[in-house]
Amino acid sequence: MGEQLFYFLIYPGMLFAGVVGGLIAWVDRKVTARVQFRQGPPVLQPFYDFLKLLLVKETVLPKRGSAIFFLLAPVLGLFGATAAALLVLLPALGITAGFQGDIIVLFYLLAIPSLMFVIGAMASGNPLSAVGASREIKLILSYELTFMLVVAGVILKSGQTLHMDQIMMMQQSQGAFIGSVSGVLLFIAALFAIQGKAGLVPFDLAEAETEIAEGAFMEYSGTAFAIIKYTKYILLFILPVFVAEIFLGGLTFTGIHILWSILKIVLVLVLMILIRNTNPRVKISQAMRFFLLWMNLLVIAGLVLHYLGL
Amino acid sequence: MWVFHFGGASCNNCDIEILDCLTPRYDVERFGIKLVGSPRHADVLLVNGSMNGRDKSRLLDIYEQVTKPVYVVAFGACGCTGGIFAEGLPFAGPVDTIIPVDAYIPGCPPKPEAMISGLMKLSETIK
Repeated sequence: MGEQLFYFLIYPGMLFAGVVGGLIAWVDRKVTARVQFRQGPPVLQPFYDFLKLLLVKETVLPKRGSAIFFLLAPVLGLFGATAAALLVLLPALGITAGFQGDIIVLFYLLAIPSLMFVIGAMASGNPLSAVGASREIKLILSYELTFMLVVAGVILKSGQTLHMDQIMMMQQSQGAFIGSVSGVLLFIAALFAIQGKAGLVPFDLAEAETEIAEGAFMEYSGTAFAIIKYTKYILLFILPVFVAEIFLGGLTFTGIHILWSILKIVLVLVLMILIRNTNPRVKISQAMRFFLLWMNLLVIAGLVLHYLGL
Repeated sequence: MWVFHFGGASCNNCDIEILDCLTPRYDVERFGIKLVGSPRHADVLLVNGSMNGRDKSRLLDIYEQVTKPVYVVAFGACGCTGGIFAEGLPFAGPVDTIIPVDAYIPGCPPKPEAMISGLMKLSETIK
């Protein structure tokens, strides 16, 4: 029991994933700045922002709205993200092997933070937040199907294994899934799906700060907003790790492999950041068409190619 | 520091200078400063332009919505004193007669360097 709590709260759960996620948020801002020929913030800036929100700022409750759901939603989102982080990181760090079917559980756990953001935004009683929430719902509806098909494709490629650890082992013995044509197609679709999941440009329409003033997170302040930031840091860490696990041949943290694994994560991350920086924010209809039509077609093409043995 | 920008009845010159600070040449993000879209997230309320009657009620409204502690910066000659509009009929007083102001950045418009130096001096007083 104590061991599980340690896994959940400190390493590799809440604390560890959040701290690494903060560093990754810094990498995101720094690379963005460098792409725009700016200098970018100092390393500890995400932590300054987080601590300032957590400790200094007051938390304002909306006058019209449900205070309980408004405050509970970020906490539940954080727990969902932490549980997902556990399932992603425990096999990667080689602590425990997970269990049969954990990739399916992971799929559902990764959906919890976005759903909780929607509930929190709805509970705030702000019309712009409601616009943000409805956009987020539509976005979830679009990318979840693509993401599910990608996960299904990975399961197919690994020979009907539902076990994250075995998927990684299989890639280490037979070569990474990205080494085939179908793997490349699935990888591209997965990259865009996690872009939507992490709420980065071009799919940041739920928190478009220029049109609807941060949308879903508009009413959040102080500690509640700090928890949302922390959840976002964790997601920004585990989503690239997840993609690296299921496509780039898994991660091992022993000896020289540490460097290689970190390089894989950074590769996915930099791809995400470059997509974020070279694209404008899309309209919700464009995002839905992009995922429901083009990305799904891409994934289905990948699945067909897999059956043809490519 | 997260800055929320409130533009009063400005001639738009200060607004452009504020945006100038985000450009590669001045890049305020290297000090961790960024513009936010919602007053709930703001640490600094940056007020520019001359305040007329309508702006006054809106400024008070925004000031109530901002989470405390918040620091108010009056930007430009109009924000600090009223500038050339100080004797105009719709003028409702410089910013510091409406809400408490922590820092003044004078100029018409202030240069981006002046804004950076003002915000840096403000952040030194916070620590």
